[in-house]
Amino acid sequence: MTTLDELRKLKEKALDDLKTREGSASAKITVGMGTCGIAAGAREVTTAFMEEIEKRNLKDVIVAQSGCMGYCEQEPLVEVEKDGQKIVYKKVTAEGAKKIVAEHVINGNIVGDMVFATDEK
Amino acid sequence: MMPELSLNILDLAENSIRAEADFVEITLDENTKDDILTLVIRDNGKGMDGEFVKQITNPFITTRTTRKVGLGIPFVKQITDLCEGELVIDSEPGQGTELKAIMKNSHIDRPPVGDIVSVIHTLIVLNPHIDFLFIYKVDENCYSIDTREWKEILDVVPLNDMNVQKTLKEDLLSGLKKIGRSLI
Repeated sequence: MTTLDELRKLKEKALDDLKTREGSASAKITVGMGTCGIAAGAREVTTAFMEEIEKRNLKDVIVAQSGCMGYCEQEPLVEVEKDGQKIVYKKVTAEGAKKIVAEHVINGNIVGDMVFATDEK
Repeated sequence: MMPELSLNILDLAENSIRAEADFVEITLDENTKDDILTLVIRDNGKGMDGEFVKQITNPFITTRTTRKVGLGIPFVKQITDLCEGELVIDSEPGQGTELKAIMKNSHIDRPPVGDIVSVIHTLIVLNPHIDFLFIYKVDENCYSIDTREWKEILDVVPLNDMNVQKTLKEDLLSGLKKIGRSLI
């Protein structure tokens, strides 16, 4: 178990990192976590996103969750918000999560074959 | 049905989150001597009235507006029914909800606990504004983590900070290993 002392050190390190970072998040990834999403693999997808973000040291990317979006048959659904644009991906797998991070979150290229919906009019 | 009990736990905790709880307590208690596994999820969310609780194991009862079926609780009810156990839900409007699922631990239909580390980690990191207390007991051995204690020391550093996330995962992994439940 983590000791109080270790937690204090952790805080110092995190604060140092915070100082070197600027402004708001560059991207927000929201995973649908309803019963439908969970049954379809949302936990594995979330873990894959978190691991990929950690591996690539993307400190300004936020992972969040939402409830059922109403399209249970397309789960796991993942919304990526970047540069003011929202894209919803369908049937995301752990592999798909890695692809989304590499292509969309980092390089800004939407992963076309996985798109379920966009907020473009 | 969910292949792992930890997925049911994630699902049930989502109910607490949707009920606007800011504190969720999750306890897994494996009593191998009496062969009983107890899961308790307690929250301080908005609760439910007696009429609603009575109908809650009915899949066609849900507060959702996005769909008409709710399978979260019926899944757990199915497990406790199969495993010679019971599901007890205690709730009151404004007072929160306590859900207790009791199962025969060694029952062939009792799903494996599964990757509980990822589930608790996901809940904590994705909901940094909610406090979680997670307790895993195996007979007299016990692991627990209370995010309120972490927050008190971490202060302005949020639980979804990358450094904190990593330490959280290590804490969960080593803690469960210590009680003989390294499941992944």
